[in-house]
Amino acid sequence: MTGAALAVLGQTDTQPLIQWSWITDNFDEIASRAVQHVWLTVVSVAVALVIAFPFAVLANRYRWVIPPVTWVSSILYTIPALAVIALLIPITGLSLTTVAIPLISYNILILFRNTLAGLDGVDADVKEAAIGMGLSRRQLLWRVEIPLAMPVIIAGLRIATVSSIGLVTIAALIGRGGFGQFIIQGLNEFFWTPLVVGVVLSVAFALLADLLLVLFQRLATPWARAAGVRAVAT
Amino acid sequence: MGEGRRRPGGGDVNTIVDGFQWLVNSEHWSGSDGIPIRVWEHVQVSLIALALAALIAVPIGLWIGHTRRGQVVMVQLANVGRSIPSLAIMSIAFLLAVKLSPTVAFGFPPIVLALTLLGIPVILINTYVGIQQVDLDTIEAARGMGMSGRQILARIEVPLAIPLILTGMRLAAVQIIATAGLWALAAGGALGRYIVDGFALQEPDRIVAGAILIAVLAILADLAFSLLTKVLSPKLTSQDARRKHEEPEYRPAPQGWTAT
Repeated sequence: MTGAALAVLGQTDTQPLIQWSWITDNFDEIASRAVQHVWLTVVSVAVALVIAFPFAVLANRYRWVIPPVTWVSSILYTIPALAVIALLIPITGLSLTTVAIPLISYNILILFRNTLAGLDGVDADVKEAAIGMGLSRRQLLWRVEIPLAMPVIIAGLRIATVSSIGLVTIAALIGRGGFGQFIIQGLNEFFWTPLVVGVVLSVAFALLADLLLVLFQRLATPWARAAGVRAVAT
Repeated sequence: MGEGRRRPGGGDVNTIVDGFQWLVNSEHWSGSDGIPIRVWEHVQVSLIALALAALIAVPIGLWIGHTRRGQVVMVQLANVGRSIPSLAIMSIAFLLAVKLSPTVAFGFPPIVLALTLLGIPVILINTYVGIQQVDLDTIEAARGMGMSGRQILARIEVPLAIPLILTGMRLAAVQIIATAGLWALAAGGALGRYIVDGFALQEPDRIVAGAILIAVLAILADLAFSLLTKVLSPKLTSQDARRKHEEPEYRPAPQGWTAT
């Protein structure tokens, strides 16, 4: 492998980083990989949120839910996605499931953790006051606890989203890697254009997604900014 | 790797068993592609990178935490660093190495560079948070006892920050080990070799064996650092301090962390 690679390198040393014609020629593929990358990321975060959220609300009230989840998550966090994907190949083949299982399970664990930490962080006095004002349990959850937990929940969404974008690139191993597919193609063929395209697009996507979630957090928690201003003013 | 090519796999749980059998087959324990060599490659690049990352990130984290200067910039930078996909970091390092010197590109330097860069953000953020969360009253008391800034850092802040610094190193170690598995994609070695070659040779058992080895290595590193954290954490005497430093019942995902 290395010998052959070096031989190829003899010719590719002066290869330009980008051949713009490649991009125009492969525009359709770039577009479809972009759709794949965005779709896998959004779906895995959304599905994980739908599963993790009710569990976190439950765990906020019934503490016995926590130890088993912590136990599972501490092990699962540690196993690299590359290994999970490789281990799933014999079972689920090169299907979407092979990518979806690690993506969704990592995200469930991140989102459960952050949602619960956010809910746990709500001041008992605030809840007391809300109950005193006559809020029902449901109203308390939706109008007080969830909004106050929002910064920590969104922090979790940021981690989950950014992680997923990175993990999707690794799924290039089984042909479902979004922009990662171009990186792998570049590494395999010693052809820098797809490699650079894959790197630039995946990094840009990760940064953009993170930025969008920061903006979303600002919009979702306007009082945080107001409190900041007040703190400075006094 | 196109989607069209036929690949091994599909609905056979026995392949997992085959993978374990591949692992215990003595043929796979010798030679330049043997398990000991690949494990050693993996451990070597990971350890070098972790040490380098710590050497860079810990002092910067200490400095920022102690002086409380440049916090926002550093946290933002570490955040950006965290969000770059590990495959992208590795590929950039490889591309740079090939451009600079093709002989270097096929040795340790590019992967060690990539893994070091990857490990820095999480160690830096955790070191910084560890120092910065030390109770101001404690520091005030130390200053009252006549300690200099340097003494406060060495005798108060660093010991109290040890658990978080080690948490950062533990997370970095796991991320580094995971990403070292991708090295094989860039004509490199280490345990990812078995996964990549397993695809090329259509040998699913080899793929499974590689995956098991990488997973075990990551779990072992995690356990080792957890143990180290337990041993090295300061024994706090006052009830109050202990309560403050105890793990709260539930924490959000650790700072600077990403799944790999």
